[in-house]
Amino acid sequence: MSKPDAVAAVLWVGATLYAVFGGADFGAGFWALIAGRGERGERARALVDWAIGPVWEANHVWLIFVLVVLWTAFSVAFSSIMSTLFIPLSLAAFGIVLRGSGFAFHKMAHRLRNRQLAERAFGVSSLVTPFFMGTVVGAIASGRVPVGNAAGDAVTSWVNAPSLLTGALFVATGAYLSAVFLVSDARRAGDPDLESYFSTRALVAAVASGAIAVATILVYRADAPFIYHGLINEGLPLVILSGVCGAAVLAMLWRGVRRGLRPLAVGAVVAVVWGWGVAQHPYLLPKALTIDEGAGASETLTQVLIVFGVAVALVLPSLGLLYTLAQRSILEGEGEAPPPASPPAS
Amino acid sequence: MAFTLGFHIILASLGVAFPAMMLIANYLGLRRNDADALELAQRWSKVAAVTIAVGAVTGTVLSFEFGLLWPEFTGRFGEVFGVAFAIEGIFFFLEAIFIAIYIFGWKRLSGWAHFWTGVPVVISGLGGAFSVVAVNSWMNQPDGFTLGANGQVTNVNPIDAMFNRATAYEVPHMILAAYLVTGFLVASVYAVGMLRGRRDRHHRLGLLIPLTVAAIVTPIQFAVGDTAARSIADDQPVKFAAMECVQTTHRDVTEYLGGRCTSSGVKGGIGIPGFDSLLVGWSTDTKVTGLDSVPPSDRPPANTMLHWAFDAMVGICTLLIALGAWLGWAWWRRRDIPRSKWFLRATAVSGVAAIVALECGWIVTEVGRQPWVVYKFMRTEDAVTGASGVWVTFSAVLLLYTGLAIATVFILRTMAHRWRAEGIGEAEVPYGPSEPPPAPTPSTRSSA
Repeated sequence: MSKPDAVAAVLWVGATLYAVFGGADFGAGFWALIAGRGERGERARALVDWAIGPVWEANHVWLIFVLVVLWTAFSVAFSSIMSTLFIPLSLAAFGIVLRGSGFAFHKMAHRLRNRQLAERAFGVSSLVTPFFMGTVVGAIASGRVPVGNAAGDAVTSWVNAPSLLTGALFVATGAYLSAVFLVSDARRAGDPDLESYFSTRALVAAVASGAIAVATILVYRADAPFIYHGLINEGLPLVILSGVCGAAVLAMLWRGVRRGLRPLAVGAVVAVVWGWGVAQHPYLLPKALTIDEGAGASETLTQVLIVFGVAVALVLPSLGLLYTLAQRSILEGEGEAPPPASPPAS
Repeated sequence: MAFTLGFHIILASLGVAFPAMMLIANYLGLRRNDADALELAQRWSKVAAVTIAVGAVTGTVLSFEFGLLWPEFTGRFGEVFGVAFAIEGIFFFLEAIFIAIYIFGWKRLSGWAHFWTGVPVVISGLGGAFSVVAVNSWMNQPDGFTLGANGQVTNVNPIDAMFNRATAYEVPHMILAAYLVTGFLVASVYAVGMLRGRRDRHHRLGLLIPLTVAAIVTPIQFAVGDTAARSIADDQPVKFAAMECVQTTHRDVTEYLGGRCTSSGVKGGIGIPGFDSLLVGWSTDTKVTGLDSVPPSDRPPANTMLHWAFDAMVGICTLLIALGAWLGWAWWRRRDIPRSKWFLRATAVSGVAAIVALECGWIVTEVGRQPWVVYKFMRTEDAVTGASGVWVTFSAVLLLYTGLAIATVFILRTMAHRWRAEGIGEAEVPYGPSEPPPAPTPSTRSSA
């Protein structure tokens, strides 16, 4: 493996982790948005709060990691992507601000009206942010980002069938992942009612994600033959793996099996992300810029790999600690968000 | 981008230094078994949660802006300065992880274990500040690469870029600024409370802890800033000339306080003959490089504003040293804060004053570098995006951030009101199972 390839792999690891953890976070916001104002909706929202409260910020650092590695190691690709796709990227950035501040504020807001406003901001931005990020990925994968400062079309580069479908796929996948996670969280909180509530939603989201994924691949076939070709050749094992994982999750949700649900759901998403990477290799921007052409100075790549090594040594154990403490319910909101109450005894 | 940075710099300062104040209160509380101090630490941790969350999102937006607004800058030099940001990423991760553990760990972690989960937050705040400011230093003193004949960046050495000449003075200056601003800002909140008659122990501690930190930091900052200014006279003589409005290179240069900067020198300021030369080289005979050393197109704009910003920063710092000395005197004589109402009034405005000084310093370093984005290597106009509609983005960002600022202040005030309504001194002790665990017992699987 060449050094640029190694750094590209690092980039992909970051993107995968963001897709899984960030995606699940966005999905949780989506479920909070559509939960409604009823008693059950309030409980569902409280569960979402309780589940992502301690972890959402750390989950989103992966995005910063991806951006920084991209601009450090593949500066040309970074500036081409950011300048051509500035509309969806600006909208995603606005979404990130609204989402983060909405979440940080809603617990503290005293009046109901303000709290609902913050919650609305959090929910809506949880929907639009991954959508626009998906359009960005779709635009890159379908080869619509040429090399250069704003060299591509500002609008048609991302307003097209493959990009929009990829956006929808991002939303659906996030919703699917988070519903699966929330099934476990509801169990942890001892709320069987919400457990079945999210189990139903996970089923629906899984079917929707699968359908959109198939549709996306078909659109790529007509529109972006390069990626399609990669997906059904080098990437085929990963695509099949993703399908198998997804089908297994469906079957388990259907039959009420809980053990191993989360790893399989994560596996389905990870396989897709790597399938895309393998299909696109050796291009950073398909047909326009290869990984080798786009790579920065060798010394810089070495440093990035060293920094990544340090990150693995320092950040992963810390993240592990955070997730373990959160999963063992040692991290509790300080008298603010009560964890979801148990359903009425009836 | 200047606007987002100007906003982010306040939140980043709080993010760097506020956890330290929180831990000092936590330490005192544990050490002396002091419920008031613990309560302060707990409330501050909630404030830190809000400011760090808002700081995190504004920081994310900044990393977008590197591409959205400055694709040429990042595309060309990203491989030179980027590694510092990658390191920043690690620190940011650790900060986000441990602040979450700290904030959510009050109830279930034992006192000292909980205290130690806060320590990485302080360390990563310092490390993150180092990495980010190192990049800004690099923009002032580019190093770690050479430009080829056709403008290609070659011989890249990211480590040299990180430890450039300006890092040595810019990084300490900014970290101290973060502690200074946070110290005075937090103290000012409690000073206002005391002026309104809330003179309990809670307010006393809330004022004393941050103000003590600030009082220690401010004189050091003055010395570091003085060193920085002298280094800038060497490293970026044009920036220095613009700060002091020195039009022509000569000896025995007069130092002006205030005034209007015109092409024939300062009009209307207070002049101290020879003092500028003395400050630069310890002798009135020192030659100071003037703006005429470079063609007009290479000089920074808005000289009067730069000059005022520099003077305001130094002036405010001097006044803040006096405020710290006042506290030190009273403490030495009577082991108490000064009794005068004027002390509280001065402390009450010190927070805003410190922020003004922070922004002035930011203006001096950024506007003073213009027209360069990378000093002597890339002009700002050549770094900008080719995409149209930047003004739309800019206006939207302006609106969004104004809303964000209002919401942040509003939320922090709401929290303060609620705490006051809960009553002071009768709140529960933060540690220990003061109430039954709110969540049902963990399932057998996760507790195994």
